[in-house]
Amino acid sequence: MFAFIVRRLIQAVVVMLVVAMIAFYLFQFVGDPVSIMLGQDATDADRIRLTAELGLDKPVVLQFYQFILNAVQGDFGISLRQGQNVSTLLLERMPATFELSIAAAVIALVVGLPLGVYTALRRNGSMANAILAFSLLGVSLPTFLIGILLILVFSVQLGWLPSYGRGDVIKIGWWSTGLLTVDGWKHLILPAITLSLFQLTLVLRLVRSEMLEVLRADYIKFARARGLTNRAIHFGHALKNTLVPVITITGLQLGGIIAFAIVTETVFQWPGMGLLFIQAVQFVDIPVMAAYLCFIALIFVVINLIVDLLYFAVDPRLRSSVGRGGH
Amino acid sequence: MRRLILATALSVAFALPTAGFAKTLKWASQGDILTLDPQSQNEGLNIQANLYVYEPLVRYDENFKFEPALATSWEQINPTTMRFKLRPNVKFQDGTPFTAEDVVFTFQRAAAPTSQFKSYVSGVKEVKVIDPLTVDVITDGPNPVLLRQLPVLGMMSKAWSEKNDVMLPQNFTDKQETFAARNTNGTGPYMLKSREVDAKTVYVENPNWWNKANKKGNVTEIIYTPIKQNATRTAALLSGEIDFVLDPAAQDVGRLSKEAKVVSGNEYRTIYLGMDQASPELKYSSIKGKNPLKDLRVREALYQAIDINAIQKAIMRGESVPTGAMISPQVNGYTEAMGKRLPYDPAKARALLKEAGYENSLDFTLDCPNNRYINDEAICQAIVAMWAKVGVTASLSTMPRATYFPKMAKRDTSVYMFGWGVPTFDALYTLQALIRSKGEGADGSFNYGSYSNPKVDALVDQIKVETDQAKRNAMIEEALMIHAQEVGHIPLHDQVIPWAMKKNIDVLHRADNRIVVEWVKIN
Repeated sequence: MFAFIVRRLIQAVVVMLVVAMIAFYLFQFVGDPVSIMLGQDATDADRIRLTAELGLDKPVVLQFYQFILNAVQGDFGISLRQGQNVSTLLLERMPATFELSIAAAVIALVVGLPLGVYTALRRNGSMANAILAFSLLGVSLPTFLIGILLILVFSVQLGWLPSYGRGDVIKIGWWSTGLLTVDGWKHLILPAITLSLFQLTLVLRLVRSEMLEVLRADYIKFARARGLTNRAIHFGHALKNTLVPVITITGLQLGGIIAFAIVTETVFQWPGMGLLFIQAVQFVDIPVMAAYLCFIALIFVVINLIVDLLYFAVDPRLRSSVGRGGH
Repeated sequence: MRRLILATALSVAFALPTAGFAKTLKWASQGDILTLDPQSQNEGLNIQANLYVYEPLVRYDENFKFEPALATSWEQINPTTMRFKLRPNVKFQDGTPFTAEDVVFTFQRAAAPTSQFKSYVSGVKEVKVIDPLTVDVITDGPNPVLLRQLPVLGMMSKAWSEKNDVMLPQNFTDKQETFAARNTNGTGPYMLKSREVDAKTVYVENPNWWNKANKKGNVTEIIYTPIKQNATRTAALLSGEIDFVLDPAAQDVGRLSKEAKVVSGNEYRTIYLGMDQASPELKYSSIKGKNPLKDLRVREALYQAIDINAIQKAIMRGESVPTGAMISPQVNGYTEAMGKRLPYDPAKARALLKEAGYENSLDFTLDCPNNRYINDEAICQAIVAMWAKVGVTASLSTMPRATYFPKMAKRDTSVYMFGWGVPTFDALYTLQALIRSKGEGADGSFNYGSYSNPKVDALVDQIKVETDQAKRNAMIEEALMIHAQEVGHIPLHDQVIPWAMKKNIDVLHRADNRIVVEWVKIN
């Protein structure tokens, strides 16, 4: 077990180094922040000076080496757009993205799981088919379209919910949360729904197909023959066995949601890391882009590790095989 | 800070009624205010926001004439010295008095190597304190446009800057965020209340503003929120969450003028095409051995093949002002005669090309940005089609500003689109950067086509130092007319900027795309 974790951690470090290297190399082609920073009037002398100041005239390999050296000490440099510490910027924006992602994941699970079970149990009911048809919208409509539609209906026409921003937030230590104010909740609803729809559909259909398969298994037949109640069969036995693939997918999706809530954050002007990244790309704010990509790689790696550990907890078969070593 | 946020949250939760006298202006545009240090970024929105808090020595009134701000009067005591008398009894927001020392300090800081505001104090050799309320600004040579450089230079407090270690504007190699990026201390009509980078910046009225009695508007609080996405920005205005949008998307202007209010006006920015007239062979053309753009007939043909009125109608939806001049009408030196374009005449264009020997054989690449000017990409696509009609094959290359402007700065182009704003409202700014040949400092710094005419260069150099207004304007006219006759660039149009707002807001549109909030009235 311990060796397993250590192996995974080493893999994680390798993954992150590779991501950092690729990202850094790509950034040589996205443009030049110097002309944006200096504005219209700059002379050539100014440009040369600022390029040297930022270290952009050194060869790429040297820049990358310097970057890794600093990153290991937690120093990702200064944002070229805002003149602030990049690590501070990321930490400031992380609570917003996390709250949005968790809210979206919770909605996806809380709505997707029961609906998935329902559509599996009532396989050919008209309600079940309606739910399935509606869920198709979740995967086929692009996120920004859903977001704008929701804004149009609920903000502009009905005026029930606000169309952008995070609302009033309360700071607890360095974590700013919108969950403790009514205004914060109002602002959270539309973006969370927008972000959750894709995953909701995924969870729904996955649970449904997994349950259908499990319900066909022999041990379910024997349980029914034994006289167990439907409730015990469906939720005590069938559902537990469907959870393993669901956990995998949800875990991976959660990583994806955190990393790529970019579109939703842009549509709703949600001050999270995704929006920061997009703005950094447009401004060619290289330190922020590099730090963001490394951070995302870290998130994925950690989530995958947790998912793998959860397997051990949920599936007893895995526990015994690892315990026996190379059997 | 934490208590402030808690208090705000609680008051929202209890939904206290707002006081009747508080008039809040909530406004938005695409980008955020980059920094609160007034000299660290030379960018339109940043300058605008910092002018709520910091004030210049002189400022423009509604008609772009000079009006006293922190200086009550000025006098040219000799050709290189301008004496400013400062306003008495003005206090910074921390209570300290504004004196001549602060003026000297501000000029020095703006000229520091790490400042992005150097162009606004270019030509200033020294600023001397004569007495606590009088300064002399001494320039390298006679500078007829000195005053025009000053309306965006906000005065900073020397004492405050010393205390908070911000004697210099942000130095990126120091890797430290400076105090001035998040904190302010000015003399102006508004004070900073809170700043959440990329989320919300709030200003409140400065109760000790020296000009409070004459304030024309009634805004007591400003809440600025950036909203990047076009559709969301429009939705926020329509749903009533914000009162004003500086840059509504072009496709929403029609709807906004019906459901809200749109005020349009000319911007001081002229959009034009530049052409490489110096290379012996065009970089991006299949024609080898010669440069067709060196031939005046070819340049004229390209000019006359463009139907700018069709572009105005179909692409700009009426929101542009076609022009034959490289400067907009608000800029000093403009004359009606300059504004007249060469007529749209595709037949003549074909004839000229034939005469020059390029009938149906001229080709090159047209470079355009796709996220900088209003409808930039669409305009270029239209121009390419118009040129195709007269037998010119132009292939279009568009890219985002982050890659476009560095490419242009390297002069890596044959024909390109560009836009030039004139923050000094004086033609020299354009003549020097775009039309004069490349030289020292700002000379020809943006003349990427390398247009060059020694007579024009001589005129521009004289215009820099001529102090007699009438003589100077005559020289400006002459230089611009020579350039126009030689088709050094192809002017297209001046941009029109629509501002969108709720129906109960009165605002004066300005050609420099800045809202002067102390003039805004909320009814």
